[in-house]
Amino acid sequence: MDSITPSGGRRSEDSATRGEVTDVDLLKRAWCNEKAAPEILHFEAALVQRAKEQIQLLEETVEEFTADRSDDLLVSLYQMDLDRSLFLLRSYLRIRIQKIEKYMLHISKTSLWDRLSEQEQRFAKKCIDIMEKHLEQSVLSRLPYGYQSMLKQSISSEEDDMVPEPQLDTFVFCKTKNDVGAFQLDDTGEEIVDLVADDLYVLRYNSIKGLVEAGRVDLV
Amino acid sequence: MAGQSDSHLLSFSAPEVEFLAEDELVEIIPNLRMDALNMICGDFGPFFPQIATKVPLWLAVALKKRGKCSFRPPEWMSVERLTQVLEAERESPREFQPLPFHYVEISKLLIDNGHEDIPDIYMVRSLIEDIRDVRFHKVETGLETISGRTHAVKLKNLSAMEVNIVRPFMVRALQAFYKLDSPEMIQQPEATVNRRPRVIDRGPRVSLQIRPFSLYYVSMLLSDYCHFNFISI
Repeated sequence: MDSITPSGGRRSEDSATRGEVTDVDLLKRAWCNEKAAPEILHFEAALVQRAKEQIQLLEETVEEFTADRSDDLLVSLYQMDLDRSLFLLRSYLRIRIQKIEKYMLHISKTSLWDRLSEQEQRFAKKCIDIMEKHLEQSVLSRLPYGYQSMLKQSISSEEDDMVPEPQLDTFVFCKTKNDVGAFQLDDTGEEIVDLVADDLYVLRYNSIKGLVEAGRVDLV
Repeated sequence: MAGQSDSHLLSFSAPEVEFLAEDELVEIIPNLRMDALNMICGDFGPFFPQIATKVPLWLAVALKKRGKCSFRPPEWMSVERLTQVLEAERESPREFQPLPFHYVEISKLLIDNGHEDIPDIYMVRSLIEDIRDVRFHKVETGLETISGRTHAVKLKNLSAMEVNIVRPFMVRALQAFYKLDSPEMIQQPEATVNRRPRVIDRGPRVSLQIRPFSLYYVSMLLSDYCHFNFISI
């Protein structure tokens, strides 16, 4: 296998500073961030694609090894590496699906929709259809007129007030990769924190959202 | 109410944290000859008998279980260093000593799998347990100082497992304080009654009239009571 140079635009710079960063490291970061962030993050399409290719390649190698009856030890070690990578990939995809199931209506109505992969969008659409049908048949059709919407409490609600939304002002644990400097936590400029490299902070997700998306802090 | 609904999504399980720790590099001394391993998670080896090399912890444990290597415990896992750390932990009640982010998991896996490779293993184990206890006690006393004015908490050198243990409680405590402290909550009760609370996850929609009043007083009491912040900031 060749050594892997991550091609994900903004991430390539810090991979250069930290020396060797494999796709597994990147996937691990993506997994942790996704797991810790309350809302759904951008789908790491290129990274997932690369991980899939490498997994497939290793699967073939392991098969070859098994067929050759080569060293059992070698086969079992490669198999472990394979299992670990598979777990990481599955877990990443799964946590996204959980979020989609939970917030599908909210995601479908906002710009978050663009963060999903094609398959995820298809999944979300189907999921919404099924949920709509189910609620319609089991409950909504039996309610009096004016209370039959899946999105609104009653017809008098001005906005959709029955859509579960991720709670963005929750607190998250995050680790800084490099110095961010004085960072403003709110709009009024009253709360300023000096973010130093490689330190652990508990901050409101809303205020560090930008830093997470830019890859400057990692959620843990 | 909403904090609860998110909790299963937002938390790592202990095995998951251990999984993350298993990618940390440790030194082993192989007793076999083996070509380099080109794995998805990186290239390791080649391996020569008696020549130390660095591999991820999971690989080290796998080789150890098959009797193919011995561990070389990291420097921080010596009795001498751990005694120093423990003393320093006891002396500074508001600071955590620098230890590897995954020190709990690394030391556990090394101790469980490599009895004969770690000198003074019983001493090392009990020192690490003591350090964990002292540190956790600090975390607990630190939690008492969280208040409505805590908008950020800095936890320098807190380790992964410690983060994981304290996360659910800490996040919900901060969230509760944040909510109570927000201007929406503290404004005049008459104005609040007309506001419809943001609906999150089909929360209970009863007793709209009563809640703003009681929260208002609670938040007043709390912000009077604790006005010093947790660990700097």
